[in-house]
Amino acid sequence: MQTDPTETRLRELMLASLDGDAAAYRALLADLGRHLRPYFTRRLTPAFASHAEDLVQETLLAIHTRRMTYDRTRPFTAWLHAVAHHKFVDHVRRQSIRLTVPLEDDAPIFAHDDHADATAKRDLDVVLDAVPERTSDLIRRTRVQGATIAEAAAHHGITETAAKVSIHRGLKSLVSRFSGGEK
Amino acid sequence: MTDELIDRLSSDLKPVRHNALPRLVVGAVMASGVVAAIAMLAWLGTRADIATAPGTMIFWTKFGYTLALSVLGGVATLALSRPDGAIRWPWLAAPLLLLGVFIAAIVQLAGAEPDEMMPLVIGGTSLVCPWRIVALSVPVLVALLLALRRLAPANPTLAGLAAGLFAGGTGAWIYSFACGENGVMFLALWYTLGIAVVAGLGALLGRFLLRW
Repeated sequence: MQTDPTETRLRELMLASLDGDAAAYRALLADLGRHLRPYFTRRLTPAFASHAEDLVQETLLAIHTRRMTYDRTRPFTAWLHAVAHHKFVDHVRRQSIRLTVPLEDDAPIFAHDDHADATAKRDLDVVLDAVPERTSDLIRRTRVQGATIAEAAAHHGITETAAKVSIHRGLKSLVSRFSGGEK
Repeated sequence: MTDELIDRLSSDLKPVRHNALPRLVVGAVMASGVVAAIAMLAWLGTRADIATAPGTMIFWTKFGYTLALSVLGGVATLALSRPDGAIRWPWLAAPLLLLGVFIAAIVQLAGAEPDEMMPLVIGGTSLVCPWRIVALSVPVLVALLLALRRLAPANPTLAGLAAGLFAGGTGAWIYSFACGENGVMFLALWYTLGIAVVAGLGALLGRFLLRW
């Protein structure tokens, strides 16, 4: 059987904790806190991201008061996941009744279109494929990601002037190519 | 804040015994079962023919059926009281057991004289039997639910149903020492009804009491 190192480490800490080793228990809880925070943040919509810390605490408390339900012969991470999942579902169920988005925070739905962003991004990828790789990367860094010319040049180990020239030529060739072709 | 919590929890750590969960659950049922048995003796007393009844097949049929349902409920309760616990076979085995008892009941009725039919099906206590089983099961169900509140069932309703079957089977098993009925069909109908009521009660209470 393949054993995941995280599973091995956490399970050893848990077994020591069940036998009353407070230092192992403290290490376990601290470690679990670090794992649980991103776990909950990923599952919450950004508006509720601040609830992640509450969920971490609720889960740690449940692990503490219900540690008797961990079967020493079974995988620890499976047990942990079941507790965290239960706490998450329970939290969402309770919050969905009480916590709807306040009306004044209700941003217009059509203000931002994720799909249009995605389409534009794909078009950009296609267009930039038409110029040499280094040129396209320089354009991407300076014109899309907002880096300075100096930074982009340093990344490729070329002088600022060479970068400027390369970007200029790249953009020029793209313009001629996509504004009606070479007439 | 979370760090404070971790400090607090780790200073509160007490060792957990091996098999702490089964000890808690089975211990709760045994202690409350003794209470139910004493209640049975004080309230109903054992059946008048308790000295000779263990020589009959029906005594052991009642004994075995109720005890088997209790064990199935117990196995399910132990599995379902854990967050990562899942179990299916007791839910399939219990109806099969009931089917077996029904077949035995039909065999018994087929071999009986016409004027013996009613006593074997309705007996003299069919109206009180299910309620006595419920009454004797209540202490067991209460003890089990209290124990389960300290555990972590992933599905509170299902865990409550399992606890209800465990309690109902145990209560019915205790009642079988007080009940003088000799019909297998009586067992299949009225005992099953009593146990089913307790199981349903367990599911209903579990749904609200076993949330965590």
